[in-house]
Amino acid sequence: MLEKMLFGRYIQGTSFVHKMDPRAKLIGAFYFIIIIFLANNWITYLAMAIFTFLCVFLSDIPIKVFINGVKPLIWLISFTVILQILFTTGGESYFSWGIIHITSFGLLNGAFIFMRFVLIIFMSTLLTLTTMPLSLTDAIESLLNPLKKWKVPVHEIALMLSIALRFVPTLMDEATKIMNAQRARGVDFGEGNIIQQMKSVTPILVPLFVSSFNRADELANAMEARGYQGGEGRTKFRLLDWQGRDNLAMAAFLLLTVLLIFLRT
Amino acid sequence: MEEIIQLKNISFTYSEEDLRPALNDVSFSINKGEWIAIIGPNGSGKSTLAKTINGLIEANSGEVVLGGVPLSTETVWDVRRKVGMVFQNPDNQFVGSTVQDDVAFGLENIGIPREQMITRVENAVEAVNMTEFIDKEPARLSGGQKQRVAIAGIIALAPDIIILDEATTMLDPKGRNEVIETILRIKEERDLTVISITHDIDEAAKANRIFVMQEGQLKQIGTPEEIFAVGADIIEMGLDIPFPEKLKYQLQRQGISVPDEYLTEEGMVDWLWKLFSVM
Repeated sequence: MLEKMLFGRYIQGTSFVHKMDPRAKLIGAFYFIIIIFLANNWITYLAMAIFTFLCVFLSDIPIKVFINGVKPLIWLISFTVILQILFTTGGESYFSWGIIHITSFGLLNGAFIFMRFVLIIFMSTLLTLTTMPLSLTDAIESLLNPLKKWKVPVHEIALMLSIALRFVPTLMDEATKIMNAQRARGVDFGEGNIIQQMKSVTPILVPLFVSSFNRADELANAMEARGYQGGEGRTKFRLLDWQGRDNLAMAAFLLLTVLLIFLRT
Repeated sequence: MEEIIQLKNISFTYSEEDLRPALNDVSFSINKGEWIAIIGPNGSGKSTLAKTINGLIEANSGEVVLGGVPLSTETVWDVRRKVGMVFQNPDNQFVGSTVQDDVAFGLENIGIPREQMITRVENAVEAVNMTEFIDKEPARLSGGQKQRVAIAGIIALAPDIIILDEATTMLDPKGRNEVIETILRIKEERDLTVISITHDIDEAAKANRIFVMQEGQLKQIGTPEEIFAVGADIIEMGLDIPFPEKLKYQLQRQGISVPDEYLTEEGMVDWLWKLFSVM
């Protein structure tokens, strides 16, 4: 199950999207989530979908990877969609029983919400797949920089994020190893009733916590031994480089917004 | 000979309830350019000693002097620029998300301008033969490669001293050899002083001098020849002996008289050769 998680995974590449400034990608992904709420009819959703698939195409990453990214969330999506279908009133009614109504409005809303979910997941997956965690934190640090005026510890937040992202794969591997080790000693995962299943998580969580703290301690030692003293006086190895392509991407987003405003009903 | 590290009567206890001190009145000095191996059974205070040298641990009493500068709260950051440290677990000292980011981490900390950083990172990565991996993430590297990256991160900072805190313990034999060879080569090229804390006796046998720790005390200082000549005593301390010594021990049990002094592998080969040509 853990291998299917796409979170924090980065696929190397040299495509258009890979070469974009991480700030542009971050702004783009967030902006996309905002403007998707502008879409309210078929033609606007179609525009959003075409735009998303264009982005995916520009990233040179097979569409299968994105579909796999949606899979773990399919229960949440279906749940929301079914609720929409069953409890929306208005429009032409096809079926009615108690408080449950299946109406044309409901079906339409269900389809739209499904699209909205899938497109948002595609877009955010695209962001993490094409951006190295460290560049992403650089982007966050750079975008949050104005907050320094209000004494927000921007550098510390960015470092925390980058270490957290750096350790996601390490801790996943560790969790799998611990699970296997406990299985070898007879623990059954995912079996029995809910209480038993919750209890069987303990032999994973306790060692995982202990080892995370040990790792943190060792990492802190290693960082200090290499002269880490906090954000002050630090230079940066990675430079963020805003190029023509990023302006182009921003222009595309703007164009999409204008299009949506015109086409929405 | 220039003395680069001096420890004067260092004592350290982790907590007050601890009756047995982790370090008990340790004093020694190390000359520039030496390779020192610190050996000793588990819990003998080797790692604590290493952390004391670069100020990660502050001793309860005694003084650490590095290159003439006494270690104190004011000088600790200058001292750390002179002392690079490679730790045991290759996974837990990788800060950056690619090789070059990790090597640059130390340079970023001391505020090196970016243009200089690029050449220094390239040179350091080249020095450990990792150039082709410069863009790779830690998950794609073997343990030995990760340790070589850690070494690159340190030599980018151009230190005078490198401390290896059991840096090869978690590696397979191949990774271990890679790391040791890298260190040996860099030590010669850059005239570094190396302190290596190790359980690997074959690695210790390559050192100029060996310090033997036991229960927080420095029991013995000597050349590998002197230390390993005691043979059986060292096994009682919970330590292994180098392969030629094991062979000597077995030959002795077979009734063959062997020389008392320590033999390197080449020495052993020569001696065996002569023994058989006489027979």
